[in-house]
Amino acid sequence: MSAALKVTDLAKTFPISGGLLGRQKAGVRAVRPMSFEVAQGETLGIVGESGCGKSTLARMLVGLLDPTEGRIEIEGKALDNADAAAFGRLIQYIFQDPVSSLNPRKTIRQIMEAPLKRLYGMKRAERDTRIAEIFDSVNLREEFLDRYPHEFSGGQAQRIGIARALAASPRIIILDEPVSALDVSVQAQVLNLMRDLKAAFGLTYLFISHDLAVVEAVSDRIVVLYFGAVVEIGRAQEVFANPRHPYTKLLADSAPVVGRPLTAPEQTSSELPDPLNPPPGCAFATRCPRATDICRQSDPQLEQVGDDQYAACFHPL
Amino acid sequence: MRFLSLLFRNRLAAMGAVVLSLIVLLVLLIPVLPLQDPDVTNTADRFLPPLSEGHLLGTDHLGRDLLARLLYGTRLSLAVGLFAALIAGTIGSAVGIVAGYFGGRIDNVIMRGIDMLMAFPYILLALAIVAALGPGLLNALIAVAAVNIPFFARNIRGITVGLAGREFIDAARLSGMGHGRIILTELLPNVLSTIVIAMSTTVGWMILETAGLSFLGLGSQPPQADLGSMLGEARSSMITNPHTSIVPGIMIFLIVMSINLLGDGVRDALDPRLRSGALARPQARTMVRRKAPLPADDGKGLLNIQRLETQFHVGKRVYRAVNDVSLHVNAGECLGVIGESGSGKSVTALSVMGLVASPPGVITGGAVRYEGEDLLAAPYESLRKKRGEKVAYIFQDPLSTLHPLYRVGDQLAEAIQVHHRVSDAEARAKAIELFRSVRIPNPESRIRNYPHEMSGGMRQRVGIAMALANDPDVIIADEPTTALDVTVQAQILSLLDDLRRERGLAIVFITHDFGVVAQLCDRVAVMYGGRIVEQGTTTDILDRPAHPYTKRLMACVPELGGGKRELAAIPGLPPIVSDLPPGCAFAPRCHKATPACREGEIALDGGDARAVRCIHPEEEIA
Repeated sequence: MSAALKVTDLAKTFPISGGLLGRQKAGVRAVRPMSFEVAQGETLGIVGESGCGKSTLARMLVGLLDPTEGRIEIEGKALDNADAAAFGRLIQYIFQDPVSSLNPRKTIRQIMEAPLKRLYGMKRAERDTRIAEIFDSVNLREEFLDRYPHEFSGGQAQRIGIARALAASPRIIILDEPVSALDVSVQAQVLNLMRDLKAAFGLTYLFISHDLAVVEAVSDRIVVLYFGAVVEIGRAQEVFANPRHPYTKLLADSAPVVGRPLTAPEQTSSELPDPLNPPPGCAFATRCPRATDICRQSDPQLEQVGDDQYAACFHPL
Repeated sequence: MRFLSLLFRNRLAAMGAVVLSLIVLLVLLIPVLPLQDPDVTNTADRFLPPLSEGHLLGTDHLGRDLLARLLYGTRLSLAVGLFAALIAGTIGSAVGIVAGYFGGRIDNVIMRGIDMLMAFPYILLALAIVAALGPGLLNALIAVAAVNIPFFARNIRGITVGLAGREFIDAARLSGMGHGRIILTELLPNVLSTIVIAMSTTVGWMILETAGLSFLGLGSQPPQADLGSMLGEARSSMITNPHTSIVPGIMIFLIVMSINLLGDGVRDALDPRLRSGALARPQARTMVRRKAPLPADDGKGLLNIQRLETQFHVGKRVYRAVNDVSLHVNAGECLGVIGESGSGKSVTALSVMGLVASPPGVITGGAVRYEGEDLLAAPYESLRKKRGEKVAYIFQDPLSTLHPLYRVGDQLAEAIQVHHRVSDAEARAKAIELFRSVRIPNPESRIRNYPHEMSGGMRQRVGIAMALANDPDVIIADEPTTALDVTVQAQILSLLDDLRRERGLAIVFITHDFGVVAQLCDRVAVMYGGRIVEQGTTTDILDRPAHPYTKRLMACVPELGGGKRELAAIPGLPPIVSDLPPGCAFAPRCHKATPACREGEIALDGGDARAVRCIHPEEEIA
């Protein structure tokens, strides 16, 4: 299996300027140097809580943010961010809020035509056939094309968002919390549609979510992020069933599950470390029951802890 | 056309529109009106009073016909004002969009330049521009336009900054659009209405400014008439022949007044909040217009909602958000209300204390009894006393329920002092104690925080502390953990559970999450399309769901530990409550539906312990 996407030491630091004349200070490290690979046709799940850097990572991968360091390779070729259209033809993005990702003043047809015109320079007739094909594959009726975004429910709007991403014929699609704004009964419709599309178009997915159960249900492998760094990578069925990093275990224990009695897995404050002034060592050490002196002094590296499972922890479970 | 009907509902705006159209009509008719030449002097007839023969409005100090000069002058002033507004609007908006879209350094440089322009008093700046370019109407126009550019630039930049962060702009970039195209086709259509509104409210101001410059002799040059120069020329004879200054003065007043009234009207009519029908500020409590007789008190529970009906009346449409809902909760009990968006669960909760915005919300039936007393009929003062004191709310997003400009401790103290006469020191001490009871570490220093200085979980703890501030008996929690991370959610849920046991609180817990319900609630009611479709104990509902909707909704929720798998889905969409189908609202999506499901009322069958609203239930209920 060749890698569809390969990320090497990718990092992003947001500078904090001290006003117009102030000197540049160190900045917030939203994403610490991270490396991973996504195989062709695979769905890689990315989970983490707010502030863990998952959206920053996603925006770098599609070229909406410039990485501070590191490189992104798609199918063996390094991406440079000089050409937005080159990005768009390879990798597309599906947004969390389906309604706000559609311009309220444009018809669906205008929205759908933009990638076909700008990325592929298609002519009118060609565009119409292509739009018809795509709409057919996402189960949308063509009569929707002349309506405006506010006329659609969340589930329909998200399907339009998916259709727009497909119009660019990308190799990889990044799904940033694609169903968290949708009702439960509609969520599954969209998730199943995306699974079918993946098979039909030979796509590779990066699925970002805070909902562990949803990620587990759709992913092949899962990356767990905490405070801008990868803490664990492994096969989907293993990561939550058999977590090796204490943070992954905390996540798995916190998810409400029918039939499990209510217990708060940790009673201490669960504040994230101050991003402006991060502590040395493992960011999770203050919350971790297994933390020792070494955890508070040096950064743990990602190490193999099992069959295709890696954890960044000095004292894995 | 909806815009026009809204515009003319505002009487002042309608008056402005009528006056302005009359003036514009007169000015347009100049070529066909039998007017004298405005520039022909006749010193023999100077200072003729109004209504003189041949001169309807009299003549000025050179014997020129005032009516002709007035109309020609008005035409000129209107044209100059309009052009100045167009120029200032175009340049200012372009500057504002560019600054707002690119942000960062470009924004900084442009906006500091604009700030410098604003630092000069406008008349001084206009004088300086005219002094540099030389007097003349065209130069006055340029000066007035330049002076007003900052107004547009700042206005439009503010809106653009908000839009530029929206996801559809990112989507456009991913579609391969360049910056110029994004500005023109994505941003401009969204700010255009603001530009038009800003222009319509500033045209009057520009006419006034141009008149000011002409009055000082820097605008139109003799003998050309505009309203400002007419006033300027009449100044010397203001005492002896007041009509020469009164005539142009009244015209300026009429023009500016009518434009401003119309401009305000246009702004209001284009405001989306007004368009949705919310013309007035919401009332202090939800309107109650009961059509059915008051249900008799059946003595159930501490809080007893009986056959509640809440509707939203928007235009001609009636949204039946809550339809015949009966619920009750006892002390120390947790009742879960579960449903998807639009199922009526939040409106039910807000109806209890009359918090549904009215208009458009109306409670059209039923009763809400607290210890037997009907809150819907209670006088407002007594209802207000019970809000927070007896029944308190916890909302979904603590960031939007806490005031961003006050310290959290002060907000908590205020909540206490509304209901109890206690000193500031006592309220503060109580606030610290409350913070401790919701397990906020270091409460003494935390009460001095502003909401933005706290994490989401901490803010929600403040929200819970605020709900607990006056020792209520009932807490209504509307999706209190939906906006939180899982690890924080687990802590908040266990906190609520502890508080309920410690204090004997009755909790109504509104959620869409079966996992949360299973862990916290004793009984559950499932809502769909504004009605309860099933109710019973939590174990009964989760183990043996009787309504097909409940059963299939539970199948949609993936559970952790299942590995990769196909998810069950319910085809179709939830119903819109303004257009409910007859019979069962779920029938169009239900695989068991028969023709009988689509006609007539289907009753909620069973007792308090277990009931289901279905002809073909999945389980027989005892």
